[in-house]
Amino acid sequence: MGLTRGSTGLAALDGGLFLQRLTDDERVFALAGNPNVGKSTVFNALTNLNQHTGNWPGKTVATAQGRCVRHGESILFVDLPGTYSLLAHSAEEEAARDFLCFGGGDGAVVVCDATCLERNLNLVLQVLEITPRTVVCVNLLDEAAKKGIHVDLEGLEKSLGVPVVGTSARSGRGLEELLCRLREVASGGGPGKPLGVVYPQVVEDGISLLLPALREVVGPRLNHRWLALRLLEGNESLSRSLRSFLGEDITRRPAVGEALAAAKDLLAQAGWGPGELEEALVEAIVATAESVASGTVCIPAGTGERDRKLDRLFTSKRTGIPAMLLLLALVFWLTIAGANYPSQLLSAGLFRLGDLLAGGLQSLGCPGWILSPLMDGAYRVLAWVVAVMLPPMAIFFPLFTLLEDFGYLPRVAFNLDRCFQRAHACGKQALTMAMGFGCNAAGIVGCRIIDSPRERLIAVLTNSFVPCNGRFPTLTLLITVFFLGGGEGFWPSVLSALGLTGVILLGVGATLLASRLLSATILRGMPSAFALELPPYRRPQIGKVLVRSILDRTLFVLGRAAAVAAPAGLLIWVMANVTIGDATLLHHCAAFLDPFARLLGMDGVILLAFLLGFPANEIVIPIIIMAYLSAGTITEMESTAQLHALFAANGWTWATAGSVILFSLFHWPCSTTCLTIRKETGSWRWTAVSILLPTAVGMTACFLFTGAVRLLGLA
Amino acid sequence: MNQTDLSRLRDGERARVTGIAGAGDMGRRLRDMGLVRGTQVECLLHSPFGDPAAYRIRGAVVALRREDSRRVQAVLL
Repeated sequence: MGLTRGSTGLAALDGGLFLQRLTDDERVFALAGNPNVGKSTVFNALTNLNQHTGNWPGKTVATAQGRCVRHGESILFVDLPGTYSLLAHSAEEEAARDFLCFGGGDGAVVVCDATCLERNLNLVLQVLEITPRTVVCVNLLDEAAKKGIHVDLEGLEKSLGVPVVGTSARSGRGLEELLCRLREVASGGGPGKPLGVVYPQVVEDGISLLLPALREVVGPRLNHRWLALRLLEGNESLSRSLRSFLGEDITRRPAVGEALAAAKDLLAQAGWGPGELEEALVEAIVATAESVASGTVCIPAGTGERDRKLDRLFTSKRTGIPAMLLLLALVFWLTIAGANYPSQLLSAGLFRLGDLLAGGLQSLGCPGWILSPLMDGAYRVLAWVVAVMLPPMAIFFPLFTLLEDFGYLPRVAFNLDRCFQRAHACGKQALTMAMGFGCNAAGIVGCRIIDSPRERLIAVLTNSFVPCNGRFPTLTLLITVFFLGGGEGFWPSVLSALGLTGVILLGVGATLLASRLLSATILRGMPSAFALELPPYRRPQIGKVLVRSILDRTLFVLGRAAAVAAPAGLLIWVMANVTIGDATLLHHCAAFLDPFARLLGMDGVILLAFLLGFPANEIVIPIIIMAYLSAGTITEMESTAQLHALFAANGWTWATAGSVILFSLFHWPCSTTCLTIRKETGSWRWTAVSILLPTAVGMTACFLFTGAVRLLGLA
Repeated sequence: MNQTDLSRLRDGERARVTGIAGAGDMGRRLRDMGLVRGTQVECLLHSPFGDPAAYRIRGAVVALRREDSRRVQAVLL
């Protein structure tokens, strides 16, 4: 799901691609490859940049760059989005193609999956058409060996005519050789002439007609054969990029224009329309790839049997859905049960530390008007956020990353696709929702894996219907305190996990309904074609997962929450202590919101907390508690029983908790998510829809829930 | 010749593609995955709700919706 410093929060708002060369003669290589071939792992291993790699198609949605310094020489690598082809049918393919053609790099590395080399060769052949300065990196050799698949690397190098290096990037094997061959290619060396795809005669004749004119007009800036093919195709997106690269529309030049017209005539006479041409080009590439692979790859019969067995467990009619629910509940249970004790310890420790700090500051002569807002306001909310957030995150993120590394998430998309199809949406939306569990902003950036703009927009607008990590603790806390009597031990934690699973399913259900609603109204349309790759299962690298998810995800997300928590704590303290007229500012604000909040089964303080929690959902419950505490005398908040007492003293019933759970699930996305939506959709209008939609759903749900409870006299 | 289309394959059945009806987006996406005339495809399994189904295409496992797979004509092997 790619929750890293680079993909969550504001960093999710990436800019364009600028090459940041250290020196003028620094070499620049692009990393291209199919989705899910370990391209990001190669990139990380080469650059030591801690960029997260996920085990699902289309993970790298933005281009990253990193530097590799070995033997006093530095090479800049640009990690292109994973694509199956460069014929540019999607934004990723366009980005990858444009960089390879016009990016000004010195060459390309095409990363391939050794377990599925034949299909990967399609991309290799397409890259070779653009630049002969290419090194083919056959990755995942270790995985291939495990499956008994043998790749004849020398034979492959002979067939392709460019350097071929075998690697197992996860263990770092083969990377030195890769760098060595890159230097060779950069300095003009290489084994010989790269293999070119031979197209049907009439296409070749068309190319021949165009070549002289292109040589004359374009010069050495681009590969002429490749350009001729694209002109014959009449590729729209390319003509745009081409115009801006060359500074002119070359088809307007008489020489090119006439040759192109003649070549198109030739094709038309042979009865070839654009559709036939496109098909013939791909068929020629696929056939070439097939013949290269048949001579160099040896796949024993029965390969992939283990994966099929796992698939029968995880995706079959009988066990697929139960296994999925069980896994989800298990992850939540481990999170809740495991986080309980550390949370209490942290809470006790941090509050003791707070007392010590306050004592220290007091003895240093710190005046009360500084001490009080600092310690009772900023510090207390901060301590709360850390105590409540850190343990569950430190457990949830690694568990989730393990499932992701294992290759399970695409199976979820496979299982649920039928539901998304009925909602007229894309099955890959399930993947973006899974990302949303970690961080909605990351989930929204992840929506780029959905090709159809309509379906992508649906996924963006509904992403906040799944609760992000910042909302889990709120949900679990309320479930535990109000619906399970706050008990501790094995069974209560199991029930909490089941309760949370139920709430999540509610979110998933609402996502599907909202998607269907959007498809029937403002985003009308039918589901588009889609092909979802189910990558091989891989053994997760447990050690790396732990380090990566704790250091990179947990601490980062926590840092972001904490950065918001302290000022919010200060603000709420000020509001609770500044008196206007006969009551505090907090009281005025809460009283203003109260009538409306009552309609939704909440109170003014709760609604105010949701409003103040706009920068980060994590602080909603701490703010509510702070606000209640500022009027009362309870200061210790270590046990669920005390919390229950505090909430009850402020008029909460189980119905209030139910409303808060519903509203926490469905309300406006946090500020970071809103900014990300603005960036991804490029429109404030859609951003407004993404705020209004969940808010309207939440308010309706709360209103109906409260109404029903009151009507039935249940609370 | 056992003319069929991919959506009618049962788990474990194999077929050779003879054509893809209706060009455009789907045809492109399938071709990018290496699914062209002459490609051998094996239906591996169906998802819990019966749709989509997973197919082995050139060594990779790809899930296709019935709506799309029924456009791929094939002969049963």
